[in-house]
Amino acid sequence: MAESVVGRSVLRSDLLEKVTGAAVYTVDITPSGTLHAKVVRSSYAHAEITGIDAAAALAMPGVVAVITAEDLKDLFPRFGHIVPDHYILATEKVRYYGEPVALVVAESVEQAADAAAQVEVGYAELPAVMSVAEALAPSAPLVHREVYGMSGDESFTAMAATPTADEVAERDNVAHEVTLGWGDIDAAFQSAALIVTDSGMRFPMLYAYAMEPYNAVATFGGGRLDVISTAQHPFMVRGDLARIFGLPLSRVRVQAPYLGGGYGSKSYTKVEPLAAVASWATGRTVKLVLDVEEAIYTTRADAAEVSVRTGFDSDGRIVARDIDLVLDSGAYADNSPLVVAKAANRSFGPYRVPNLRVRGRSVYTNTSPASSYRGFGAPQGSFACEINLDRAAEQLGVDPAELRRRNLVDPGEEILPGKRGIDADLKADLDLVVESLRRDASSAQGSGIGFAVTASDAGAFPVSTAQVRIQVDGSVLVLSGSTEMGQGSRSVLAQIAAEELGVELAAVSVSQSDTGTVPYERTTGASRTTTLAGLALQRACAHARDQAATMAAEAFGWDAAAVVQVPGGVQGPDGRTVAFGDVVMHWFGANAGEITGIGIVRRDGVTQKMPPFWEVGMVGVEVAVDAETGVVDVRQLVTVADVGFALNPHAVEGQDLGAATQGLGGALYEELVYDGPQLLNPNLVDYRVPRMRDMPAKIDTMIVERRDGIGPYGAKGAGEGALNPMAAAVASAVARATGRWPTRVPLTPERVWRLLNDLPDDA
Amino acid sequence: MSEQRPELGSELATTVNGAAYTGWVPNRRTLAQFLRDDLGLTGTKVSCELQVCGVCTVLVDGEPVSSCTYLAADVDGRAVETVEGLANGDRLHPLQRAFVENFALQCGFCTPGFLMMAKALLERNPDPTDEEIREHLDGNICRCTGYRPIVAAVRAAASELRGATSG
Repeated sequence: MAESVVGRSVLRSDLLEKVTGAAVYTVDITPSGTLHAKVVRSSYAHAEITGIDAAAALAMPGVVAVITAEDLKDLFPRFGHIVPDHYILATEKVRYYGEPVALVVAESVEQAADAAAQVEVGYAELPAVMSVAEALAPSAPLVHREVYGMSGDESFTAMAATPTADEVAERDNVAHEVTLGWGDIDAAFQSAALIVTDSGMRFPMLYAYAMEPYNAVATFGGGRLDVISTAQHPFMVRGDLARIFGLPLSRVRVQAPYLGGGYGSKSYTKVEPLAAVASWATGRTVKLVLDVEEAIYTTRADAAEVSVRTGFDSDGRIVARDIDLVLDSGAYADNSPLVVAKAANRSFGPYRVPNLRVRGRSVYTNTSPASSYRGFGAPQGSFACEINLDRAAEQLGVDPAELRRRNLVDPGEEILPGKRGIDADLKADLDLVVESLRRDASSAQGSGIGFAVTASDAGAFPVSTAQVRIQVDGSVLVLSGSTEMGQGSRSVLAQIAAEELGVELAAVSVSQSDTGTVPYERTTGASRTTTLAGLALQRACAHARDQAATMAAEAFGWDAAAVVQVPGGVQGPDGRTVAFGDVVMHWFGANAGEITGIGIVRRDGVTQKMPPFWEVGMVGVEVAVDAETGVVDVRQLVTVADVGFALNPHAVEGQDLGAATQGLGGALYEELVYDGPQLLNPNLVDYRVPRMRDMPAKIDTMIVERRDGIGPYGAKGAGEGALNPMAAAVASAVARATGRWPTRVPLTPERVWRLLNDLPDDA
Repeated sequence: MSEQRPELGSELATTVNGAAYTGWVPNRRTLAQFLRDDLGLTGTKVSCELQVCGVCTVLVDGEPVSSCTYLAADVDGRAVETVEGLANGDRLHPLQRAFVENFALQCGFCTPGFLMMAKALLERNPDPTDEEIREHLDGNICRCTGYRPIVAAVRAAASELRGATSG
């Protein structure tokens, strides 16, 4: 194949808008006459609401309305695309500290904030479950007494390897449970030469810290709802909003301008219902902007406690794995049922495991709700399960890379029975990481290397549509519902259109996601845009080219069978080449009209088999540990992005390094900590994320291209892979530097110092 | 019932990106609010509101400040520079061009702050080492890139600016 536009690190046009300050984000949009909302939040983890007195707030200057659950009685007052359990405003009781209880709407931001402080909410405290252990204890207080029923459709069950019944005989705090397995694990463990067990491995609550906090601008009127918001999945948000107001999908419009970061945290519905009910109640446009503390209380990653037991034969081949995953999903299910299903699918790794049992539970607690986070269950499970392999290698006296090589699946081999076989050469990828690490590794005391491997069933449910519109002047408009949140979706789609139509890259514009104007795109998540939106766009371009050929034959009186498609247009039987714009002009008979090409991806053909592709996570680090202070210094960071084909190599590298850096954050620094009902550190001073000087001197980001994906030109998705195995890689490196195996991350200086001094963990 | 008091404020005379501004601002109005809401200069973003993320960095008399916690009233008699003032018409500042060419941004929300902070560095130190760049920019958070391309971009811009002044 000889591509000319894709495969090159072309400059991203969105970056040009962003460096001048001209790029518009939701937070920059304030139509004139907009009201501003401020959320009144719960000051208890679990309490009955005994009364709300808004009189004082209503009397304050500029206040237009104070909205409580009472006002939403005529609406469907909840959201949640799998379990619709999430109240827009707390109803009868609050389930976590920080939960929205009321909404003050005023003429200015300051007036709304001042008045919100004057809303008096009466509470009668209830016993709370602040941890998974408390939530699962016999006769624990229930976070939810109600049964909501699942609204997750086939797309949900298709992504979980083994769907399970959602009916539970007795009410408990388990929001969702999955089981997965095959073979006879009891017999296999009986026959094992070595069994290695890691129990109670703990992965922290993480905050994605997308730097633009959640915000939305809503306008309700004339039986229509218009929302501009920081939404990764505007079409999914539209579904929740339509249900709330009983509106047809066609009367709800959700636009997503540039997003200031996403990382999964802006998946699904967040603040849009709050802004929408405020506009519905007041009849005016309402803007709601959260601050970072509110954003932290809005969504976090599922914390996890994972136990794993692996049996090996005398050659170090895995004979069985038994894994238990318990996720702390907080007060509302949100996307955690899918996160736990994915955590189960991804936990045991891309290894040949002849006998397997995985149990995963997503548990309600009276903490802030968890939902999607980059990696989607993979980081939680792989932390325990990859360390478990490293400990086994140590006990077997086998090189940990060699142990993995003996067990990794070969290209095409199934990881999940009946699902797509792995579309990657994992052993070759692993060799690249290990070779790079060992080349520069120090032999000094207190240093160690670690590496780890994951494969994620990625791409999500394949429903994507795209349109390409060729204008009479030859310029091209691409319509896609993929949200540009920094990952470069608009740029990569422009490259595909330019390549497929044979036009200049500068001639292509890509629209923002907008459910009112662009064709349906299920989500912007699971690293899907290049692969699935890209395929849809490729098909749209083919459709447009076909139409151009037909139109040219008609306009110029050519034999249709003799028209040839050439870059930028068509060629007639007389050898004459006509550009697309001229085809439009001649066919319409005026300097007017356009060609619209439509492309569709569904579960059919190359995207029939789930998952659409596997996303490989392949990373290594070298660390040096200061024995006096416990500080972990990362010396080397090595990643392999196994992407099939890199449409824009620099952009792929950027996503890969970004994911790896976020992974380092969770491995070394980041953790939301509850102390009683509320968080100790809901701010960027106490929740530390990686900074410039944390980055290692050696960063080796390798891209592997074997054209083995189903996406355009053999591409597969990227952007989560390097995060997924990072906690395990760092923990193993620290273990080799200190001689002691960590059981939880992040490996903060205090935790490492305690490990070095054989002191109990801090909690 | 709370009593209604007129909001306290003061007269302000400042220049923003070279343009003079005079008017009245409430005392509690931050510089970021003034720039974004009163002047419509939304290129300056706000994130942590605790002076630790660097997103809202602008220059006041050439010094980088966190506009989220800097009162608008305090720029009275001073000159403010924001990201909108970096380019010369359609001609990007070398830092802007270097950020684009080095893929030193993705979502771009932190970028105005990085650009202003880097400008302050290069005005003081035209030939910084990588370590000096990292030291100077350590107070700015980027959640997308892993920072490596940002260091490369600042290095490239510094080199271009030195070439421009010596040539």
